[in-house]
Amino acid sequence: MAKVLLQRLGYAVLILFLLSLFIFLLFYVAPGNPARLIAGEKASAEVLAQVTHNLGLDRPIYEQYWRFITNAFQGDFGYSYRSKVAVWALIAGRIPATVSIVFGAMFIWLGIGIPLGILSARHPGTWRDRVAQIIALIGISFPTFVLGMTLLYTLYFMPKQAGFTLFPAGGYKEFGAGLWEWGSHLILPWFTLALVTAAIYQRLTRAQLLDVLGEDYIRTARAKGLKEWKVVYKHGMRATLTVLTTQLGADIGYLLGGTIIMENVFGIQGVGSLAINAVKQQDRPVIIGVVLLGGFFIVTMNLIVDLVHVGLEPRLRAK
Amino acid sequence: MSEAAPTVAEAIQAPAQVVQRSSWQHLWYRLRRDKASLTALVFIALVIAFAVCAPLLETVTGHLYDAQFRDTGLTPQGLPVGPNSEFLLGADYLGRDMLVRLAYGAQVSLLVGVLAALIAACIGVTVGLLAGYFGGWVDAVLSRFTDFVMAIPFLLFALALVSVYGASFQMCLFMVVFFSWAVLGRVIRAQVRALKEREFVEASRSLGASTPSIVVKDVLPNLTEPIIVYTTQLIPSAIVFEASLSFLGLGIVPPMPSWGQMLSDASQNSMYMVAPWMLVSTGLMLLLTTLAFNILGDGVRDALDPKAGRRLLAGLRRKQKPGKEAAHG
Repeated sequence: MAKVLLQRLGYAVLILFLLSLFIFLLFYVAPGNPARLIAGEKASAEVLAQVTHNLGLDRPIYEQYWRFITNAFQGDFGYSYRSKVAVWALIAGRIPATVSIVFGAMFIWLGIGIPLGILSARHPGTWRDRVAQIIALIGISFPTFVLGMTLLYTLYFMPKQAGFTLFPAGGYKEFGAGLWEWGSHLILPWFTLALVTAAIYQRLTRAQLLDVLGEDYIRTARAKGLKEWKVVYKHGMRATLTVLTTQLGADIGYLLGGTIIMENVFGIQGVGSLAINAVKQQDRPVIIGVVLLGGFFIVTMNLIVDLVHVGLEPRLRAK
Repeated sequence: MSEAAPTVAEAIQAPAQVVQRSSWQHLWYRLRRDKASLTALVFIALVIAFAVCAPLLETVTGHLYDAQFRDTGLTPQGLPVGPNSEFLLGADYLGRDMLVRLAYGAQVSLLVGVLAALIAACIGVTVGLLAGYFGGWVDAVLSRFTDFVMAIPFLLFALALVSVYGASFQMCLFMVVFFSWAVLGRVIRAQVRALKEREFVEASRSLGASTPSIVVKDVLPNLTEPIIVYTTQLIPSAIVFEASLSFLGLGIVPPMPSWGQMLSDASQNSMYMVAPWMLVSTGLMLLLTTLAFNILGDGVRDALDPKAGRRLLAGLRRKQKPGKEAAHG
């Protein structure tokens, strides 16, 4: 058991290492000298050489990579070419907004998706199942930005034209500004992200639960006179948890790396918009930092999911 | 082949004979009874026709897709005009005809969606076959690589790639493919691992068949159904992926219109608030096309994989057939 987890940890480190190497090489072979960007178009050859030297870009690649990776292990991801601020500080300043979007939306998508899935699975083939499935199908097909713009138009712009404000247009207010300020600015982003994601959870819950409800132990539970809700929620749902936690871990890990489209549509200054701006300004250290952070979140969430599974599945513990 | 295959005439004269149907025949036979899938297919056919007719629309309206009609397409205040007799779906912020652009955008969406899904399927099947059949270090390397691709935050990585090499059609296609094949690779690998232990593979091997022959002639034909199912399901996600990239300015490069890019135009300076037709027509088109492909994908899955599909009755069936073998390894 511990051996398996150690192996997983090893893979996680290996994958992050590969990712760092991959992205580093990508920028190393990239056309264009970043020193030119910093020094400016009119800089003389000496200035350019000086800047190149200061950035360490004149050294061999393995030396550059080694320096990069050893610094990264100490939490130093270099400095932004543009603002000269430490990459780590830039990212840290953006994390609260992204984390607020992701975890707020998570409660909503779990709260919509799983009950809809249970409803479907308990009444398969009925009109309730059909409705839930159609909702899920539409949710899966809705591109996030289309839904976001539609919600903004109908819930912000149309009420505003009619003379009252329902929701703010976007932006991000810090939690310190008060719970209401913070929450009301995030409601539309939350629902946009949640409605699109909930569809996946509806489908997963439905499929898993339908499979499980046909099992012998469920029949046994019913035969011994357990109440139906107890059969479904205690015995049935337990078996769906493995699949749901896997999906949840993957979603959270991916989204924490930057809810790029949400931040774009709602004008929120999160990790995703930091990345977009860095790309527009060719700010390589920031791009590398954000990509590695995104990879780190994905890998870490996978590890956490593995640990949770050990807790959920007695069979895994026994191994 | 010791016995002669029945001729066509013999086959017709003996209607009671059991006919072996290919996966495709099965698919069509079941799909045409499914109203939702048929509707989706008709809609997709219409979108294809719309895309093919793009140059025709250009000729009929006299509006080139990137021509800016600053006099007729924009109001005196410089705002786009809404749907009228000249611009059936209205104009965009530069006074370009939305209808013509929508048709050209359909070409891009369909092309990227289908092409990316096909290429990704080829890569996924190849990787899955190699990893599953050969096992050992081949499997270790390919599986770690698959894990690696799945651990890349793909939109962020797309940002990085575009910042280095610039956006282009090829780059967009490459990114969609690169981040789409991994799931199929895993599925195929698992299936191949189960298949290669089966008797018919052993029989081929004992008859002296070479490894490439076993892989291509014995294993691959048994994978037709998952390949069809997953490839169909890859199309809508590829379409949304392309639209998202173009929306962020990382995908299709102007002046070539794509739906994502048109929606990005609509969101610039919140233009869609004063010109909602820029959002409605394109957004609806994108939503309905993805929806149609998703419905078709579900239909194909239900038709080819009755276990996954007819879950409606799964509970009942299971009680009747307790000894049913699992369809997937």
